[in-house]
Order: sequence, then structure tokens, then C-alpha cells
Amino acid sequence: MQKKMAYSFPDEVLEQVFSFIQSDKDRNAVSLVCKSWDEIERWCRRKVFIGNCYAVSPRMVIRRFPEVRSIKLKGKPHFADFNLVPDGWGGYVLPWIAEMAGAYPWLEEIRLKRMVVTDESLELIAKSFKNFKVLVLFSCEGFSTDGLAAIAASCKNLRELDLRESEVDDLSGHWLAHFPETCTSLVSLNISCLRSDEVSFSALERLVGRCPNLRSLRLNRAVTLDKIANILRRAPQLVDFGTGYYAAELQPDVFSNLAGAFSSCKELKSLSGFWDVVPAYLPALYSICPRLTSLNLSYATIQSPDLIKLVSHCPRLQRLLVLDYVEDSGLEELASSCKDLQELRVFPSDPFGAEPNVSLTEQGLVAVSLGCPKLRSVLYFCRRMSNAALVTIAQNRPNLTRFRLCIIEPKTPDYLTLEPLDVGFGAIVEHCKDLRRLSLSGLLTDHVFEYIGTYGKKLEMLSVAFAGDSDLGLHHVLSGCESLRKLEIRDCPFGDKALLANAAKLETMRSLWMSSCAVSFGACKLLGQKMPKLNVEVIDETEPPDSRPESCPVDKLYIYRSVAGPRFDMPPFVWTMGEAVRILH
Amino acid sequence: MEGSVGCDNDLNLRATELRLGLPGTEPVSIVRSNKRSLQQVADDDCGVNGCKSDDQNETAPPPPKAQIVGWPPIRSYRKNNIQTKKNESEGGGIYVKVSMDGAPYLRKIDLKIYSGYPELLQAIENMFKFTIGEYSEREGYKGSDYAPTYEDKDGDWMLVGDVPWEMFITSCKRLRIMKGSEARGLGCGV
Repeated sequence: MQKKMAYSFPDEVLEQVFSFIQSDKDRNAVSLVCKSWDEIERWCRRKVFIGNCYAVSPRMVIRRFPEVRSIKLKGKPHFADFNLVPDGWGGYVLPWIAEMAGAYPWLEEIRLKRMVVTDESLELIAKSFKNFKVLVLFSCEGFSTDGLAAIAASCKNLRELDLRESEVDDLSGHWLAHFPETCTSLVSLNISCLRSDEVSFSALERLVGRCPNLRSLRLNRAVTLDKIANILRRAPQLVDFGTGYYAAELQPDVFSNLAGAFSSCKELKSLSGFWDVVPAYLPALYSICPRLTSLNLSYATIQSPDLIKLVSHCPRLQRLLVLDYVEDSGLEELASSCKDLQELRVFPSDPFGAEPNVSLTEQGLVAVSLGCPKLRSVLYFCRRMSNAALVTIAQNRPNLTRFRLCIIEPKTPDYLTLEPLDVGFGAIVEHCKDLRRLSLSGLLTDHVFEYIGTYGKKLEMLSVAFAGDSDLGLHHVLSGCESLRKLEIRDCPFGDKALLANAAKLETMRSLWMSSCAVSFGACKLLGQKMPKLNVEVIDETEPPDSRPESCPVDKLYIYRSVAGPRFDMPPFVWTMGEAVRILH
Repeated sequence: MEGSVGCDNDLNLRATELRLGLPGTEPVSIVRSNKRSLQQVADDDCGVNGCKSDDQNETAPPPPKAQIVGWPPIRSYRKNNIQTKKNESEGGGIYVKVSMDGAPYLRKIDLKIYSGYPELLQAIENMFKFTIGEYSEREGYKGSDYAPTYEDKDGDWMLVGDVPWEMFITSCKRLRIMKGSEARGLGCGV
């Protein structure tokens, strides 16, 4: 019956129907319906997302999806952000570019996260894809402005060049001049991560001036405050703007010029940058504040009173990133002024100081949870927390989807009762039924993991540090969290038992990271042998794991599912656990 | 492959240890040893000398506030940003008052411009025209009537030179060059 239905539509019609289906999940589901749908779907799939570049090989992707126009790849595990993954671990994009250069001549978009990108890769991109439009390098590294010059020079229809948070060898600001005068297609340019103090400002100005569709522009620190007005006047249609330096001696003409320039940007909704802010220049923003939905002040070392003044002008704010200079008082103001707030991130201004330098406590977060009914996503660094506060937050905000709390000192107990924070985090997972991402901190026993396993049914990503008492903790998570995709653990007493007992679970997840835990080398080998669809990588920079007894714990362990088998680009300090006797290296 | 008695190169661990982090950053001391001392590991059937943590580490008190790799979880570029801010926001320096017993007025110096104790003490010597003497951990400053002291964040008067330089400049609130019997009392390992 169903077969008849499938054949009753010509392929072109099905293709047309499928073209309305954009989500990867849905596309994957479509391809499972029947062989013919699979066949039609794979020929018209234009976008591919590969969450782990080692889960599949470039050739396999190309074989299955021959007509891809847009690819998104992620490389290193998340803990690489905190220097836990040694340099040279992997995540190289060059092999992918090399294969796609031949197979996808019409590739338009490449989006990479945590990958190693070389100038050679960039030059290959510039050469190979005639209709290249979008390059997003999120937290990447390994390239220089020379590679960017190649992209700028060759990509005639470039729409997006976004280098957010990447580490770039900034050799000279001159690369901007490589954009030909004929390039007018830019929609988004983010160079905020470039660290040098030179930028070819005139080239930048001209580029901005000739791209009428430019919507998003994020400058770097090299652009001084007095130059901002010039840029803005050339691009009044901007929706998202990242300032450079926002500090200068207060001069009335500079101020009024700046204020005027900002007020001419009627579409501006999002601001970021703000390195070195002089508070006296903040009122220049007041005219656009009522429209602002996103504000990133996480580099701005301005104090609470100035922050409060600014924030109180932004009633439509949906997203705020800020340093803990905001203090509890600032967050209370935020809670009363910004009823549309959905996302809040509070970063520490003095993370390595022994004592608190600001008055930011759990109270600030409680206030926001009470006052902002749409709050969904939280990242909060603080120095003390209580179960009572966490329970209150959970009850106030059951709509939370992301909750990442970092109490700066590891194993800090509830400051009121001195008990572990199990109950508090338990309340979070119990009440917030749509919680997808959770990061734990503070003093925690196996109980918290019991709560998480019981209630965290939608949890996709969990980050754990300095927590738990025994394997039971890990077992609760692996056996209970049905939606778990990514689990990252450091410095916890989790060992072999839970891991081996839940080996099958690991094939349903993207990856598991465990460092400074208690998983033995023997268990890693066993896992590697028994589970051919997992790559079990042992990372140890000091000595090979087999130079010690098998019962010794490994330093770092990264397990991920893969249909590509073990990789062969590993550095000397990474071993993949493999077949019975030998260790692949 | 086999044959090693324990999984610790306990004697020379520090010397051969690779450390994580960019060159030029402060060395990180405890992480590797910390993980060995986990309860779980101690309970494992690792064999006689197996995976017990470094003995030295178990009995010695933990060093004060050593940084843990990757904690708190902040991206490097943020950390770098904070560091730059700290250096800049202090107006480019950490100015502290320096008083000398018997001197009619105080001076102020910028601790940031010195890279270590020798330069600082040399500068103070030049400023007040005196000599401080040789520093030793055991006996403080010998060979002089003077002892350089500082008031720390807790309000205690400490002998200059005992703590690492970086810790000193962040905790020093003011300096005082003590003279005479008071000074000798401080310096003599009593």
C-alpha cells in the first residue's frame, strides 16, 4: 500500500516537498521511510551538520550526499575551551576541504567550530568554490590573516565572514584591503577576535560603505572610539554591531558625533564589544537602547551603577552578557526593567582571586529568576550558593532550558547549611522539565546524579566537575538520561564499573569526556575491544598508558561513536583502544 | 611494557612533568597529583605500590591557592582580557606607601614596575639611602639594622620576601622599613 503511495509521486514533486523540510532530524527521518525516499532525499540534501568530525569520513558524507551546498563541522570536545585538550589533539579541517574541493564545486557555506584551520585550508577554499558565500570559524585556530586575505580576494560573492572567538595569527590589518572594490555582497563581518592594534581602517570604511546589505559588523579593539561614528554613518542599516575600544578622553564633539551616529541606526538591535569602556560615553547609546534585544558587556569593566543606568534604558532586552561587576543590585534592577529577558550570562571579573571582589551572590540570580518570566538560559559564575536559592530558582523558572552554574571554588557546600547542593540541583532537574543543558558545581554527592538520572529526561548535555562519590553517580546518569548526547566529566571518582555496565549507552551519545577520573587503562582497552563502533581515545602527555599496570587510571579519556573507525591523524600522546592485542597508535 | 612497580614516577615527577598551558604562563602545580589521591583510586586493587598517590602529597599540606588547570571554566581569551584589564585598571600600577622608621615623610612606589624582590629592595635602598642586608628564609635580613616589612590584606605585618612575588604584589597594602631592635626581632628566626 505504502509503496504504491511513494511511487505515485514523481521524484521532482517529492523533492519539492522535501525542500520545505529544513531540520536535520526531520530530514533523517524522511530518509528512513523507504529506500526510494532515502534515495531522493540524499540527492536533494543541501545542508549537512556533522557534530563530530571524526564520527564519519569526508568520503562517506560525499558518497551519501552528493549535492551538498552547506556544511557545518565540529572538531574538538568542549573542554578544549578550558585548555583540557592538549594542542595537537586533532580536529583538522584540511582533509575535509581537500575532499570537498573535488566533490562539491558548488559548495557555498562552511561553518566550523573548534577546528584547526590552516592558511592552506583557507587558500584551498578560496580556490575551489566558485560560489562561496559563508565562512564561519567559531573558536578555531591555526590560521593567519594571510589565509583571510586569500578568502577576501577570491570569494566574489562572499556574504559572511565570521571569525568569532577564533585565535588568529594577526600578521597585519592589511588583509582587509584584499576585498576587491567589486565586492559589495557582505552581509556579516565579524573580526572582533583579531588582536593586533592595526587594522586597515580606510579599507574597512570603504568596504562597509559599499556593502548595502551589511547587517552585522563586529569590529576589534584596533578600532578606536572616534572612528566608530564614521563606520556607523556608512552603515545605518546595521542590525548587529560590535564596537571596538569604547574608551577615550571625554570630548563633547566626539560624544555628540557618536550619539548622532548611533541614533541614525534605526535597525540596531544588538551590541557587543565594549572593551575598555569609559562610562561617560555610554549615554551615547541611549537613543538605541529602547530597541536593543541583545547586549554583550562581558568585556566592559564598568561598575554596577553605570550598568544599572544603561540596562534600565533597555526594556526590550532579551539577552545580556555581563561581568559580575553588575552585582546583586544590578541584577535586581535588571529583573525589574527587562521583562523580556531570555538569556543571562554573568562572568567573573576576578576568577582567580581568593576572595570575592564584588557583591554578587546567589541573590542576584534568584532576583532575575523571579522577575524575568521568559528566562530560559543561564550561565552564572558566583562564589556562594544555597539549596534554598536553587530550589527557589527552579520553582520560579520551570521553563529553563539551559542552566550552567559555576561556583568558583570547587566543592563549595551550601553556605547556609554546609550541606551538599544535591537537593538544589535536584530541584532544577525536577522542575525544569525541558532542561537540555546543565553544568554542575559545588559540593555534590552521588545523590545529585540520582536526581539527574530520574528527572533529566530531556537533558542533552551535562558537565560535571569535582563531584560525586562513586561509580553509582555515573551509572545514574548513563542509565537514566535518555536524551543524553554529550557528557563531560573532570576530577570525579568515577571508574570502570559504571562505564562498562553502560557501554551500549555510549553508542547512543555523541561523546563522553572523562579526565582526572578513575577509569583504568584495562577498562579502556576492554571497551575499545568490545565496542567497535566507538573510538576510545586515551590521552596522556606524560607517558604511554601501557607503561603502567592496566589497573592504573588513565589521565584523559575521550569516547565517541564513529562509523569511520579509528582515526589516523593522532599525535603521539593519543592512543585509540582497538583490537585484542595491539593498541593503535 | 610491564615491570614498573607503580604508576607514579614518584621521585622525579616534577622534573619530567609536562604541563598544560601556554609557555610563559605560571606553572600549574597540583592537578596530576590530586587525581592520584582520590579515594576511589586508593581502594582499587592496584597492587602493592600500585596507584597510591605520591606520599609526599598526602602528608604535606596543600600549597595555597594553586591554580587548577581549566578551572574556573573560562575561555582563554576571556582570561587574557581580564589580565589586561587588571593591569590597566590599576592606573598602570600598584602604588603603595613606603615608610621608614625615623624618616620625616613617606614615599610611594609602584610595585608593578619591579619584576622581583631584588629590584624592589634595591629601589627602596636607593630611595632612603640605606642597606637592607642579605635575605635568607631562615633568618630574614641579616647584616643590617633594617628589615623591610609590609602590611598584607589581613592587616598583618609580614617580612618582605617570604611569599612568591606575584602573591606579594597583590597582597601588599603598604611597606614599612623597620629599624633597630624591632627589626632585629623580626629578622632573627625567633
